[in-house]
Amino acid sequence: MSESCCIKPNKSNNSNNVYTITKILLFVILSIFLLFKLEKFSNWLIYDVLKFDSSLRISAAIQFFIFETPKVLILLALIVFAVGIVRTFFTPERTRKILSGKKEFTGNVLAALLGVVTPFCSCSAIPLFIGFVTTGVPLGVTFSFLISAPMVNEVALVLLFGLFGWKIALLYMSTGLFIAILSGWVIGKLKLEKYVEEWVYKSHAQSAVEKDKKLTWQERVSIGFESIKEIVYKVWPYLVAGIAIGSFVHGYVPENYLASIMGKNAFWSVPIAVLIGIPLYSNAAGIIPIVQSLLEKGAALGTVLAFMMAVIGLSLPEMVILRKVLKLRLILIFIGVVGFGILIVGYIFNLVF
Amino acid sequence: MKIEILGMGCPKCKKLYDAVKLAVKELNVEAEVTKVEDITKITDYGVWSTPALIIDGEVKSMGKVPSVEEIKQMLK
Repeated sequence: MSESCCIKPNKSNNSNNVYTITKILLFVILSIFLLFKLEKFSNWLIYDVLKFDSSLRISAAIQFFIFETPKVLILLALIVFAVGIVRTFFTPERTRKILSGKKEFTGNVLAALLGVVTPFCSCSAIPLFIGFVTTGVPLGVTFSFLISAPMVNEVALVLLFGLFGWKIALLYMSTGLFIAILSGWVIGKLKLEKYVEEWVYKSHAQSAVEKDKKLTWQERVSIGFESIKEIVYKVWPYLVAGIAIGSFVHGYVPENYLASIMGKNAFWSVPIAVLIGIPLYSNAAGIIPIVQSLLEKGAALGTVLAFMMAVIGLSLPEMVILRKVLKLRLILIFIGVVGFGILIVGYIFNLVF
Repeated sequence: MKIEILGMGCPKCKKLYDAVKLAVKELNVEAEVTKVEDITKITDYGVWSTPALIIDGEVKSMGKVPSVEEIKQMLK
């Protein structure tokens, strides 16, 4: 084994394929079965076995918690698995190739869409930013990518789908993309290249092309399972905490309690939600269960959506990181443009729904 | 052998560092393992997604934490 390995012996390939497919089927079927049985099970556990009094507030809170936590975790595992496999087809280099030299508007649209599927972690935002802008991706297009990548991600979508249904998940995704496209386009139009730190444009542009080895399906599937482990492990404490707070609100806060402060008629609630949301940092897993309960108690959809987007999309730690490559002025413009976009989305939703 | 781990202090970079240390120890090879956190050095390698693993100046992996087994293969 002195050669760098990777080609598996041919004869075991067939049985490996069967094994991989069986594993996927088992995983998917089991997850779906559990999802359908959960509500019944949680009711049965709380009211029949543990004999909680259904008129008590605490019963509602506990039942909510016991039902929601595993439901969301299972959904998360399913989607993270699928997205993990999809992501094996997209690397930052490939995304860059698609984006470089693209016309402004088309470039912004593509960048926002690619932001959803390209593997991205905010800690590699800097090298990625430098790589993009030094190899011919326009600044505005790069921003479209940087806005959409953290905001419109699979974790947010799963949680929205699991807790609110597909309509809101879809709304969130489309408005998130809309904000990313528009903000990037505006930033591009403003010609802000001079507010990027000078050394960025001087730095080495070439990307170390990692040997573009073709992955086998088995490898892609194992990467999928790998990403379940990684993401669920990272996200579950936030999720459990979020659902616990949500359960409390669900059980204890009276119906419509929030209508006067976060309802539709409180027009100031959207800007305040955005202002509070920008410095706050939480990932989607922590914030969405809380948001669900706020909504249930009379907060307006637009207000809540704006809050959520501000928390997930703009954050203080991210700005501190970006400061290394962007002058303060550009960071402020970036926050301003994105914040304004979120504000508009919030108002539109409050008007329409 | 000179091994560099590129990354601006993210949790994954630490994981990669530990994995490399372990691999080096298990293989019992002579290697100097260093962390590179300076962004200009990182981009000089043409690395776009961190953490990245550099062995003797050559980029071996980017944007992920390979398993200890995989790292051992790279070290051989």
